[in-house]
Amino acid sequence: MYTQGLDQQGDSLKSVDEATRLAAFQKRIDAEDKIEPRDWMPEAYRKTLIRQISQHAHSEIVGMLPEGNWITRAPSLRRKAILLAKVQDEAGHGLYLYSACETLGISRDELIDQLLTGKAKYSSIFNYPTLTWADIGAIGWLVDGAAIMNQIPLCRCSYGPYARAMVRVCKEESFHQRQGFEIMLALSRGNDEQKRMAQDALNRWWWPSLMMFGPSDKDSKHSAQSMAWKIKRFTNDELRQKFVDVTVPQAHFLGLEIPDADCQWNDDTGHWDFGEIDWTEFKEVLAGNGPCNRERLQARQDAHDNGAWVREAARAYAEKQARRNAA
Amino acid sequence: MNDPQRFEYVVRLGDNALVLGQRLGEWIGNGPELEEEMAMGNFALDYIGQARLFLSYAAELEGAGRDEDQLAFLRDQIDFRNVLLLEQPNGDFGQTIARQFFFESYYVLFLEALTASSDKRLAEVAARGLKESAYHLRHATQWMVRLGDGTEESHQRIQQSVDELWRFTGEMFSGDEIDRWAVDNGVGPDPATLRPAWDTRVNEVLQTATLTRPDNDWMHTGGKQGRHTEHLGYLLTEMQFLQRAYPGAAW
Ligand SMILES: [Fe+2]
Ligand SMILES: [Fe+2]
Repeated sequence: MYTQGLDQQGDSLKSVDEATRLAAFQKRIDAEDKIEPRDWMPEAYRKTLIRQISQHAHSEIVGMLPEGNWITRAPSLRRKAILLAKVQDEAGHGLYLYSACETLGISRDELIDQLLTGKAKYSSIFNYPTLTWADIGAIGWLVDGAAIMNQIPLCRCSYGPYARAMVRVCKEESFHQRQGFEIMLALSRGNDEQKRMAQDALNRWWWPSLMMFGPSDKDSKHSAQSMAWKIKRFTNDELRQKFVDVTVPQAHFLGLEIPDADCQWNDDTGHWDFGEIDWTEFKEVLAGNGPCNRERLQARQDAHDNGAWVREAARAYAEKQARRNAA
Repeated sequence: MNDPQRFEYVVRLGDNALVLGQRLGEWIGNGPELEEEMAMGNFALDYIGQARLFLSYAAELEGAGRDEDQLAFLRDQIDFRNVLLLEQPNGDFGQTIARQFFFESYYVLFLEALTASSDKRLAEVAARGLKESAYHLRHATQWMVRLGDGTEESHQRIQQSVDELWRFTGEMFSGDEIDRWAVDNGVGPDPATLRPAWDTRVNEVLQTATLTRPDNDWMHTGGKQGRHTEHLGYLLTEMQFLQRAYPGAAW
């Protein structure tokens, strides 16, 4: 998931009646029952899910852009095929997630509209540029790696369609993570220019990857409700620590340096320590001031605009056919 | 090299697949709908897969220690052997569809013949490619009809693309000494023999799509012999960048 833990606050509960239904609903959640589209659910639960799932879907789609950059420039036919397949997987993830979201009573057109008008967010990580081939390695290794940390618990999410979509998505994300690591491995075993490219990519992607887990727990006010609803199972900081613990040894294996002077093993906690995230950067990118925010949205807008005549033609043709068949 | 004609023949097939795969890959992030972006990506993937099979076979035939990547990334355009149609820019969605339609209409016929090749390697790739191309052709045909018989704008646009690309269609059916070698050795068909079936199919679809078959029959050729349009150089510049910038690096 690329949702940055931006959990949303629920509507305030109005009547006693609703309180009873809510209690029954919570009981089902606590019993690890899956909530299905036709089941009653609190409006705030529905809204939270729509926001989270659509944000996730948009992230898959916008995420195709930075990687899509390098399809035409991949350095070997094998890498080109792997990258094409990966980007195809991401488009597929976007599609399952839009469908999962539609089960909550909103259409894909409305969701796309929310993306293009800037009403819906997508993961800020994709507002960073892919400048060298090593960035394709770094994205697979770090970004898909962080996504897996976030998504594995979502396979047990209380909302059935989302949980099932995640099972499928997670399998593919772990392929992506391995393929990204393999690119980094080839570079770090390569010549000096390739090693430099790999280190530079890690320098640029490390902190944004840590930011993917969202604000720190002390600033994340809405986690509690999502935890109670089992939309979320671990806090942002827990997941971030987990990611750091897995990733730091991988960086060392690659012979790369984590761009953080405070990054060291802590015997007392049994975890890797790391320095303070630059929350100003986090907020700025979220506010639209990242290096590629405008470019990403513009690219989606252009594709949408340039394709308008095609979609219209398909609609017009379908209508003509329907009339012909009726006649 | 003891089989230079075979090498040449296989490189032509490999370059067609590679150049078309590269062009289709440019659609990622630009499609009119997510489903269409995925379709283009899948076709690109099919073609890059075929390019690898053809070019690695060509490299074996050459026996000069080159591999698929050296053939793909380290030849300049005078050594590329794809037909001109495939290097033409994507243009709008309709232009890509018209290019797909013209080529796939030919390619299914060609691959069908190639499945009977005396060259078992080629026959195997053809059998696999035929399944893929049958689907690509269905997709392109559906869109030809939707765009042709859709709105006034789409009709105009797709007709313009048909007119624009028509002059590159004849090359697919023009044979030379390499094609003659292929016929003599049972390796592949005489391209001219594929023309009538192509004409029938294209006429049928254009008619259903309410489109007009262009009447100019002047055809550009030369791609198969390494004389290309200006577009190929830019395509190769982009595709070959890393291999050129970091000679000898492993990726
Ligand atoms: Fe994904
Ligand atoms: Fe992924």
